[in-house]
This record gives sequence, structure tokens and C-alpha cells, in this order.
Amino acid sequence: MSTFILLLLTGLGLAGLYYLVASGLSLVFGLADVLNFAHGLFLSVGAYATWWAATSLPGAGSEGFGFVLAVAFGVVAGAVIASIVELVLIRPLYRRTIAQVLVTVGLSLAGVALLQAIWGADPRPFPRPAWASKVTMIGGAAVPNSSLLLAASAAVVLAGLLAFLRFTRVGLVIRAGVEDRAMVTALGIDVRKAFTLVFAIGGAAAALAGILAGVQFSVVSPGQGTSLLIFGFIVVVIGGMGSVTGTAWAAAAVGLLQQFVNYYAPGLGDICVVALLAVVLLVRPQGLAGVAGGAHA
Amino acid sequence: MSTEPVARDLTGTTERPNPAASPSASVQPGVIEHSGATVQPSVVEHPGATERPSGPAGGGRTRIWSTVRRFLSRIWSTVRRFLPVGVLVLLAAVPYTNLRIPVLFDRPLNAPGTLHLIAICLVFGGLALSYDLMFGRTGMLSFGHALYFAAGGYGTAILLAQTSWPLWTVALVAVVGATVLAALLGSVALRTKGIAFAMVTLAFAQIGAIAASRNPGRLTGGEEGLSLDGRRLPEALVGVVNTVNLYWLALAFVALVAFVVHRIDDAPAGRVLAAVRDDDRRVDVLGLSPYRYRLLAFVIAGALASIGGVVYVLLIGGANPGLTSSDLTLSLLVMVVLGGPGTRWGPVAGGVVFAYLDHRLTAVGTSEAVERLPSVLSGPLSEPLFILGTVFILAVYFFPGGLAGLAHRLGPLQRLLPSRVPGGVSGGTSGGASGRMPS
Repeated sequence: MSTFILLLLTGLGLAGLYYLVASGLSLVFGLADVLNFAHGLFLSVGAYATWWAATSLPGAGSEGFGFVLAVAFGVVAGAVIASIVELVLIRPLYRRTIAQVLVTVGLSLAGVALLQAIWGADPRPFPRPAWASKVTMIGGAAVPNSSLLLAASAAVVLAGLLAFLRFTRVGLVIRAGVEDRAMVTALGIDVRKAFTLVFAIGGAAAALAGILAGVQFSVVSPGQGTSLLIFGFIVVVIGGMGSVTGTAWAAAAVGLLQQFVNYYAPGLGDICVVALLAVVLLVRPQGLAGVAGGAHA
Repeated sequence: MSTEPVARDLTGTTERPNPAASPSASVQPGVIEHSGATVQPSVVEHPGATERPSGPAGGGRTRIWSTVRRFLSRIWSTVRRFLPVGVLVLLAAVPYTNLRIPVLFDRPLNAPGTLHLIAICLVFGGLALSYDLMFGRTGMLSFGHALYFAAGGYGTAILLAQTSWPLWTVALVAVVGATVLAALLGSVALRTKGIAFAMVTLAFAQIGAIAASRNPGRLTGGEEGLSLDGRRLPEALVGVVNTVNLYWLALAFVALVAFVVHRIDDAPAGRVLAAVRDDDRRVDVLGLSPYRYRLLAFVIAGALASIGGVVYVLLIGGANPGLTSSDLTLSLLVMVVLGGPGTRWGPVAGGVVFAYLDHRLTAVGTSEAVERLPSVLSGPLSEPLFILGTVFILAVYFFPGGLAGLAHRLGPLQRLLPSRVPGGVSGGTSGGASGRMPS
């Protein structure tokens, strides 16, 4: 029973990580059809910014309030970089979907290489509060605090996103834009502003994911973002593109499946996740929450 | 006839139709007379089209000029037809010359090191062309092409280590296995289109990467990879002295890929692939299955890539997890876009140039000249992917047609050399269009 609880909670932690990566991807894709390969770069930017802040920024550190400040710095850095990327690189290629994908591909290659040039290819120890490496006893299982932190953060982000989309005017525009961008534009609303905002939110969520991945794995390396990004893609496709709740369910399914299978058959979990993807595509090509024959099919 | 305009001029009311009608009437014979105007017919498919009846006022000079042009265009069309074969023969003869090319290569052309570098470039040229069969020609954005390259490579390395079969059997089994894998995964992945397809192929390729680095059953050698056992290879492929044979093997691979892809281009199936790229619903309405044609392109591209994997593993003497990495697939995309998607030779050129730069920029990055720069500059410059990624982004903005598109922008040169094949010109523009088109 304690094993079950342990796997359940660590699986949910993994799911939280995937959700943080995938939520931004999914919204950006839903609103603007951009497959954002540079998303992995935002993860790395967030992680490196926090690492830099914790070691060099006055007032910030790896404990208590200093750590919160460092994390905030990383999240803001992710959001700022994402907004700049959208304004400078993506917007001029509006409606040229493939060209946008190509630019983000180039950006992810060049960006990761740049991080590597500045801080080296080797992983660096990530500053994390002492309590993050401890465990909490829940139902007889020793659950790592970092997993709980991931799951809790993802839940907060999910709740925040849902509230933002449901109760604010901008959220309404975003939801409408995902549904039918042409119609929203025809009504005289500038979707592009909403798009920049979505990019910034996605960048912030990705940066948070990168930071928490750093806390979880206790190291940070330039390529970390890209490898997480691929699972982010899988979650987005399974969940149905552009759906916030669909992405959350898919993240939970992928995280739990991976954790449970990996416990009983090490290494097989990742393969099971891709098998799940194949099954979902065969049975429901539009994803869990996708609409059959939708605009993005 | 001649009185009519005068009469109209007198009335003054119907003056407008006159200037509109008269230039078109008077310019028409002029087009035929002026020597420069033969530029226009030169774009027309048949070289014979330049053979226009010269106007009554043309005179001897025009006739001589047109004869010369006709002669030149015949020669050019013959040259054009045999140009690829000529280049192939030249490349095949490279090992017999000890020519030095100062900036490009440090050593003479027939030094093993130089041949090895050219061979690697050629393999990537062929691989990029096989990728373009999907991307530029059929409009499928796959992020999993490295998987089939790796399947051929790892298949060869693993079978050589685990069985006692001769190399040729091993290579055949590896290629057939990779092709079957491409057919299976392609039939699932192609249930999605566009961006979703890209993500799914990426996910499948990731399994390959995980499998290669996790070392299941001690088959793949994990992170260190699996090097080939020299005793298991034919003697002609082992040792520095025999680099030349590997070079010819790589050259044969490019020739094979170019032959297959160009044959498909010229066949009816190639037209259907282009139609699937441009408007798949229309293909559907015409009674052909876009799914089947996409799968066809996917499987052929996968098979060609796996042959490339076999050659590459023989060339570098082993398989390593780098073969499976998503970076390799992304690099393929960069190669094709830099070269010119959908063009005849653009992808090959892109692959060769990318592989060459990737190799040489590493050397430049660690050279003294760069080391002496302030660290703000020398750091990024020592990362080939940073430079290539930046060049790539700029290319997407400013040269959507890639290297091949660049060639077409050199207008004056282009006009001097009338093109025989319609695909030569239209291929470039359609390639540029496909880069912009949502698939």
C-alpha cells in the first residue's frame, strides 16, 4: 500500500512537471497553430536564470525568501524571453505556420548552443532549499518533497489558468480565439495581443517547469529543456490541442503510467507512454478533449 | 485601315482606344526582332521555341545571333542533361588527384582525412534529399527521420556483433527491418496531419533515442555506442588506406538517393505527391488516397535513410546515440530549408554544406584567431550550432528558397543559360511556396 501511495504521489509530481511544460504549448498551439520548439529553451532559460539569481543576485539565495525571489526572477525571465521571441520572431511570420515552426527550431538549436557556450555543456548543481531534498511521510510512504512541490505548483497553475480563462475578458478572447480565430478577428478584436500574452504565460509556466525540474533532479543542463519538451508534445497530442483540461488529464495519465510501469519494469515506462500515444491516435486521432473534425485536426 | 485612326482622331472622342491598341500592334513584331527578347521564349519548355521566324526587318545579324543562341541552347541542354553524371564522374575521380584546395581543406584532396570528411558530407547530402522526399515534395513535416537512419546504423552494428552473417546480409536485413519499421510507424503516425504528425513522429523517434542510450540487453552499448569489429568487415573497408572505398560507397549512396528521388519526381506518382502537398482534399476528390501516397513517400524516405545509416556506421566505424537524437532530425530540416525544399539538387547541397560547416566551424571555434577574441564573442562562435541556427533563422526570413532559390535570384546569369527542363525553374518556385504553405 505504501508503495502504491509513493508511486501515485511521485507519478502526480511527474504529471505536474509535464503539465507545466504542456500547458503553454497547448494554448499557443490552440490559439495560433504554432508548434513552439523554442519552448524547451524557455525551460532552460528559467532554470539558468534562477540558478544565476540564487548565486549572484543580492537578496536571493537557495533558502526561504531568497529562493522565492530567485524563482520569481526565473519565471519573469522566461515570460520576458517568450514575449520577445513572439514579438520579434514569430509575429512577422503571421499565418505562415511552417516558417514559424522553422524559426522556433532554429531558435532552439541556437539558444541551447548559446547556453552551452556561456555555461558549458556539463550539468551544474542546482541551488535548492534543504527541505526540497527531504521526504514527508504520507500513509506510510516516504514521499520526496520535490514531487509534492511539483504536483502542488501544477495544481495552482491549472486552477489559475482556468480561472483566468473563465472569469476575465482577455480569457474570454483567448477561449474564443482557440475556437475560431477568424470570427474573433472579424468582430474587431486584436487576437495578436492575446497571442503575445499567451506566449508570455506559456513562457512563465515553462520557466517554472524548468526551475522545478532543476529542484527535482538537483542539476541544470542546457539540453534538459529539450528532452522534457518531447514529453510535453506527447501530452499535448494525447490531451487534444488547445484544451487546458484535456492537457491536465493527459499529463496525469502520462505521468502515472510512466511512474508505475517504470517501477515494475525499469525503462519500459517511456515506451508505454508512446504506445499510449499510438493507441489514442488510432482510436481518437483528435485527442482526448479534441473536437472531431475540428479546425486543428 | 490607315484612314480609320485619322478619322477617329478628328472626332477626338475615341482617342483612348487608339493608344491602347496601337502599342500592342506595333510591339508585337518588335518582340520577335529584338535579340534581347528571346529571353522570354527561353523559359518555354522546348529549346526549339527559341527558333522564331525572324521579322522582315531582322536582317543578317539577328539571324546569326539566333543561330548562335540555338546552338548554345542545344549545347547547354545537352550539358544540363549530363551534368549530374559529369559531376558524379568528377567526384568519383577525386581520390586520384592530389590537388590542394587551400581554404576548404587542410590537406590534399586524396588524403584519407579529406576523403573521410567529404564522404560524411555526401552521406548527409543524400540523407537530406531523402528527407526532402517527405518535406519539400510531399509537404510532410516529420521530426522522426533520424530514427530510420539510426535503425539502419544500429541494425548493422548490432547484427555484426551478434551474428556471424557476412556484412552484405547484415546490411540487407538492417535495411529491410528499418523499412518495415517505417511502414508500421508511418501507418500509425499518418493518421494525423500537419503539426500533430510532426509531434507524433518526434515521439516515436524519442523511443529510439531512449532505447539506444538505455542499452537494453546490452545490445546497443548505451551512451558509448557500439563500435564495429574490424574482423567482421571485408578487408576492403578496414583501415585508413581503404578510406577511399568508403568514400566511393558514400558517393554511391548519394547517387542512389538522387536516382530514386528524381525518378519519383518525374513519374506520375511524383505529380501526385506534389498534389498531396498542395491540396490533399482535391487529390481525395479525384479518387486517389492521400494517405497511401503519404505512406509511400514516408516508407521510401525511411528505406533510403536506413541505407544512409548503414553507410554512415561503416564510415565512422560504429553506432552511437547521436544517430537517434532529435537534434539530428532538426538538423536535417535545417539542411533542407537552407538548400531549398522541393528542388532537384538543393537538399543535397544543403546537406553537404551543413555537414561541412558543422565540422569546420568546430575547428574554427577552437582556432587561435577566435580564442583571442573577447569571451563574449569567442564562446558563441565556438558552438557550430549557434552559428548554423542563426543562419537558419535568417534564411527563413530572407531566403525562403534556400541555396537553390539564391541561384534563381542571379537573374542575368540565369537568362544567359536557357533552361531545358521546366522543373528547373518551376521547382525552385514551388519549393519556396511549399516552405510557406501549411501542410
